Amino acid sequence: MPEAMFSVRALSCARGDRVLFGGVSFELHAGEALHIRGPNGHGKTTLLRALCGLGRPLRGDIRWRGERVRDLGDEFYAVLAYLGHLNGLRDELTAAENVWTYARIHGGADCDGKTVRAALARVGLAAAAGRPARHMSQGQKRRLALACLLVVDRPLWLLDEPFTALDVASVGALVSLIEEHLHGGGVALIVSHQAFDLPGIRAFDLEHFVRVKR
Amino acid sequence: MRSSLLGAMRAVFVRELLLFWRRRTEVANVLVFFVIVTTLFPLAVGPERLELAHIAPGVLWVAALLATTLSLTQLFIIDYTEGSLDQLLLSPYPLTALVFAKLAAHWVLTGLPLALLSPLLAVQMALPDKAMPTLVLSLLLGTPVLTLIGAIPAALTLGVRGGGVLVSLLVLPLYTPVLIFGAEAVAAAAGQEFAATAHLSLLAAFLVLALAFAPLACASALRVSLD
Repeated sequence: MPEAMFSVRALSCARGDRVLFGGVSFELHAGEALHIRGPNGHGKTTLLRALCGLGRPLRGDIRWRGERVRDLGDEFYAVLAYLGHLNGLRDELTAAENVWTYARIHGGADCDGKTVRAALARVGLAAAAGRPARHMSQGQKRRLALACLLVVDRPLWLLDEPFTALDVASVGALVSLIEEHLHGGGVALIVSHQAFDLPGIRAFDLEHFVRVKR
Repeated sequence: MRSSLLGAMRAVFVRELLLFWRRRTEVANVLVFFVIVTTLFPLAVGPERLELAHIAPGVLWVAALLATTLSLTQLFIIDYTEGSLDQLLLSPYPLTALVFAKLAAHWVLTGLPLALLSPLLAVQMALPDKAMPTLVLSLLLGTPVLTLIGAIPAALTLGVRGGGVLVSLLVLPLYTPVLIFGAEAVAAAAGQEFAATAHLSLLAAFLVLALAFAPLACASALRVSLD
């Protein structure tokens, strides 16, 4: 068995002084995806934020290709793409401007108008490139946020409720985008309480790791 | 990597300019505030030229300082509530550099127009003409310090209810040295000319210090706030 791309061992997180979960461990090899499930308030978002470095876990070990992500520092950010439960878009900017600034800020120095248009086309927003985000529906904004992930080529995808506000066709389109990402040797962690059909995805129930103590 | 860091900084800068341009009425409010506050003084104190000239340096500087403080509450808050700040923190480039680009854009859109507008308002405050260059120069050196220092409490109070007032309470005491030397420089230039350079040099020293440390402190404050 080759070395895992992304591995988490004995991770525990707290919000305030309340321990949410402990002992979370898993490994992801190239092409694998994990579906993190659990009821509201069990810390799914907290887990994802801890994994991408926005939050600080209480204890535990997070490794990318065998190296601690804390030692990797900014280098780790060059391998991950995070879709939060907030879209991270600005209403005042057009779809293309949102994607372009995301690309530049995240190291897509060679990102030009063509790349941006291609990414927008893949999420079905080709015709909306010049439209300000404020004039888009919730579902369209969600797809625009996904287009941002496509302009930077990152092996690790951390997606927080990516299917929120998406219609049936868009859910299917997103699932095939994730499949494509996995086929290309990427890995993905998907937090969602919605069931979706992705072949080979493993389920991970956070419920089993919840700590009920103060 | 180096050139793409500059590319990322430029993207942050351009993004801020675009955002400001699309919300230009809000941005103009800061300038309007500056104009109105300074206009209140001749109305309240009376049109006595000597009296006005005496308080002009202090009034202009306090008004510029309050206008900057007002603009600070808007610095990160929308990016925070929309989630763009999360994405900025996840950039592979040093956050300090990106924060620096953001603050530079903020200054270009608030501090710089304040400084350029000040001579016009100084006329109605009956400030002697010979003090005008010093007024503009002191604001050009001082307002970036205000933006840089103010960004730290603005970052720290993200997610705190009533953060706007808290920012003002935290930041105004920190502004006192800048205010003292800024206003003193203008007063000195209005009186005898030789003394202003000392105050201006001190303002420049503050600016160098703030440029060196404030973006770093602000970046750490953002990481703490978003944890």
